[in-house]
Amino acid sequence: MAKVIGGIFTSHVPAIGGAIAKGLQEDPYWKPFFDGFKPVHEWLKDNKPDYVVTFSNDHGLNFFLDKMPTFAVGAAPQYDNADEGWGLPLFKSVPGAPELSWHIINTLVEEEFDIVTCQEMLIDHALSIPLELSWPNSNGYDFKLVPVGINTVQHPLPSPKRALALGRAVHKAIESWDEDAKVLIFGTGGLSHQLDGERAGFMNPDYDKFCLDNLPSNPDALTKHSALDIVELSGSQGIEILNWIAARGAMGDGAREASRNYHIPISNTAAATVLMTTDHALTLA
Amino acid sequence: MQMATAKRVILGTPVFDGDAARIGYAINAMCFSFNNAANRQAFLEDEDAYCAKFNLTPEQRDAVRQRNVLAMIVAGGNVYYLAKLAGIFGLNVQDLGAQQTGKSVAEFKQMLLDQAKGI
Repeated sequence: MAKVIGGIFTSHVPAIGGAIAKGLQEDPYWKPFFDGFKPVHEWLKDNKPDYVVTFSNDHGLNFFLDKMPTFAVGAAPQYDNADEGWGLPLFKSVPGAPELSWHIINTLVEEEFDIVTCQEMLIDHALSIPLELSWPNSNGYDFKLVPVGINTVQHPLPSPKRALALGRAVHKAIESWDEDAKVLIFGTGGLSHQLDGERAGFMNPDYDKFCLDNLPSNPDALTKHSALDIVELSGSQGIEILNWIAARGAMGDGAREASRNYHIPISNTAAATVLMTTDHALTLA
Repeated sequence: MQMATAKRVILGTPVFDGDAARIGYAINAMCFSFNNAANRQAFLEDEDAYCAKFNLTPEQRDAVRQRNVLAMIVAGGNVYYLAKLAGIFGLNVQDLGAQQTGKSVAEFKQMLLDQAKGI
């Protein structure tokens, strides 16, 4: 059976993509953020996933307001990045895993999640940047991807409780996948930030710390707030923590923090990178 | 329209809900079209014609003409889409933040840096 070996949780600020393109990893502004990936790189040397299951939100590349799914599961043979309106260099394509996607889709619907399925899906900076940060300058990815999209754009948004339950149902699907395979989870976005309104620039390190402290061992603590509570606490885009909450659910019980990085500011964002591992990870010497 | 619950107001924080999504459909549709480089060029070549093609409301057209982000949001614009319009003018989210908070870009960037104190 497939096993979840770990989870990578990180911010996905578009400007990080610009910094990667310009090679600014050692620049004083960027170094405190990029350094958060050093333990991730070390861990990934020994822990090579066969599949990567991701939770992120679309930013107006794949979905528009004509059709806005609350939860969308990719089932495409390949996922391409595309121009998001800024004409930036494109990130690498990622091979898909339609068989595992459909197994997850079938399990989710059995578990009474009424999801949207996508046999064609573009991936935006919310996925491309975390993958590039984790495997910099690779010639291509050795794993196959199943992306799960969560609406954080148009209210009403799913509740944190529902996002966690979705993640746990994905975990159930992974654990029942009849293949001796290693699965790595990603949750992207956040932490606290707000781009719009008179409160633009708002961040909340106290709430971020609450999330970071509780997510590994007590993720249910994050469900005591509603989505709108989180908008108030964490900013209108800080609600992207929903992706982290779902991703944590997909790791199953028994995740532990292996590394944590928190840095203010990257662009308008309180940026964080966390690696969590499970008992199925290869133990490091 | 009957509301399930009363609307919650969060100071200085737009909540992009169904009402906003309805009134903002045209301006957001225009911004969504800017994922295509040829469309960005068409906007730059004839802004009036491009806005007309997407049937922007008078409020939306004025807000775009004035490059006024808060007015675009009042007219239903969502920042994830508006960011694509801002990109045409070479503006980033610090520029947008400065304009919305009435600060200079330098002041806004300093405000961001200041929030690192005490973490």
